[in-house]
Amino acid sequence: MLRVSDLRAGYAGIEVLKGVSLEVGPGEIVALIGANGAGKTTLLRTISGLIKASDGRVEFDGADATSRPTEALARAGLVHVPEGRNVFPRMTVRENLLVATWRRGSGVSEDLDRTSKLFPILDQRRNQQAYTLSGGEQQMLALGRAIMRDPRLLMLDEPSMGLAPLVASEVFDLIGKLHQGGTPVLLVEQNAKSALRLASRAYVLVNGSIAAEGSADELLSSDMIKRAYLGEN
Amino acid sequence: MTQYLINGLMLGGIYGLMAVAYSLVYGVLGLVNFAFGEIFMFGAFIALFAMNGQIPLVDTSIGFIDVGFPIALLVGVAAAGLLGVLVERVAYKPLRKAPILTMLIATIAASLTLRSAAQIVFGDGEQPFPNPVSGNGIEILGATVQPLDLVIMAIGLAVMIVLSLGIGRTPLGRAIRATAQDADTARLMGISVDRVIVWTFLIGSALAGLAGILYASKYQFVDPTMGFVPSLKALVAAVVGGIGNVPGAFVGGILIGLIEALAGGYIPGGSAWRDVIVFVALGAMLWIRPQGLFGVRVVERA
Repeated sequence: MLRVSDLRAGYAGIEVLKGVSLEVGPGEIVALIGANGAGKTTLLRTISGLIKASDGRVEFDGADATSRPTEALARAGLVHVPEGRNVFPRMTVRENLLVATWRRGSGVSEDLDRTSKLFPILDQRRNQQAYTLSGGEQQMLALGRAIMRDPRLLMLDEPSMGLAPLVASEVFDLIGKLHQGGTPVLLVEQNAKSALRLASRAYVLVNGSIAAEGSADELLSSDMIKRAYLGEN
Repeated sequence: MTQYLINGLMLGGIYGLMAVAYSLVYGVLGLVNFAFGEIFMFGAFIALFAMNGQIPLVDTSIGFIDVGFPIALLVGVAAAGLLGVLVERVAYKPLRKAPILTMLIATIAASLTLRSAAQIVFGDGEQPFPNPVSGNGIEILGATVQPLDLVIMAIGLAVMIVLSLGIGRTPLGRAIRATAQDADTARLMGISVDRVIVWTFLIGSALAGLAGILYASKYQFVDPTMGFVPSLKALVAAVVGGIGNVPGAFVGGILIGLIEALAGGYIPGGSAWRDVIVFVALGAMLWIRPQGLFGVRVVERA
């Protein structure tokens, strides 16, 4: 579904991604873990085209996506839920969901039903301004909004960031449910343990390069990962 | 009193339309488009040419459609909208990634260029603009109201209602608001920000052109420099309403029109000083409420 080859990108002459390659196959949840500043968010923003790649290639659905505009990729189904959720604060919950249906064909009302079933709380709050929602509710809105874009692949940037542990685990459950429909997910997390439990495979990003990759179980039991990311000795 | 109020509402409606233009573009791009004053002027000129059936070009003239006021109004509005988009494509879009001050200077350059072009091509100085709605004054609450004033107020109000509904309830309106609130996330949701910008300039410039035509109808002249003072007042109106807020901008425009009409009517020598009074009053208001009447305090994010 998504293949990233030797991708390089950065800001103002500083290279953040130093040749990253990874793959997400159909139906997979793939975790991308790494410390703060490793380049996880930069990687997702470069895949989406918000940051221009200086070298390398992104392929989505077998076609070159490296220089396609962000909005065209989103409409083709490569849907990126950004770090910090970024719901539109001065729009209602309902409007936030509808924004993502811009120039979409059929299936809007079915997907609206689906989001209100998955996130009953959003349905209750549908006429509330998004800035009045709690962090967890905003994350659900960001996920719901992504569903409304009719994703063929979801890229989630730190969905658990800033959430209380209970709320975070609720969000991880919801991601699991979203995936049951078969939509592949590239999940970026600092919360490595939860991400690895959900994922089948994972990559570890260190200083802009992939330092390790493997099945989630392998990585969960690897000493190096335990020490560096799971806080165990 | 009623007379001044009606005058103020009428004038305020004109400023309000133009203030909405500033507010829309500011909301989406964070840019004050100083060229709106000239779009206002071009709208009025094109409508006049459509009524006269010819366009003067330096020393000669070419034939143009020859129609009555309602069609001429639509032609002027459409031409203003297209001109605004043209200016954006040619002068602003190449600077989209440059610092905002660079683009601001480009809007001043566009303003001066359009004004000079009008002076060269259409001729310097005033030209008469016919009163499109003749007829006797109507008595309302002791004041004599010209039918034209009522038409201007009705057009202003109707356009504002349609626009508010459009911004509030249509997919394009949602896309414009989403882009104004967070352009990157709007793109992640599939919205073409570039297309939204074109729409914003088209709508804003059409509004500025409409304001220009109504202004020319009221004062019965056109002039290549006619847009300057009204555009400044409209900009102030947009700031007073809370720039970026569309209904707020219209209310700001009405407020300015009212202050101007009442100051001109009640303060001795007020008509000579009314522009000063308008700007002082609004300066004072912004001192008390810097975010404008309906604005929200914006916290700059790092």
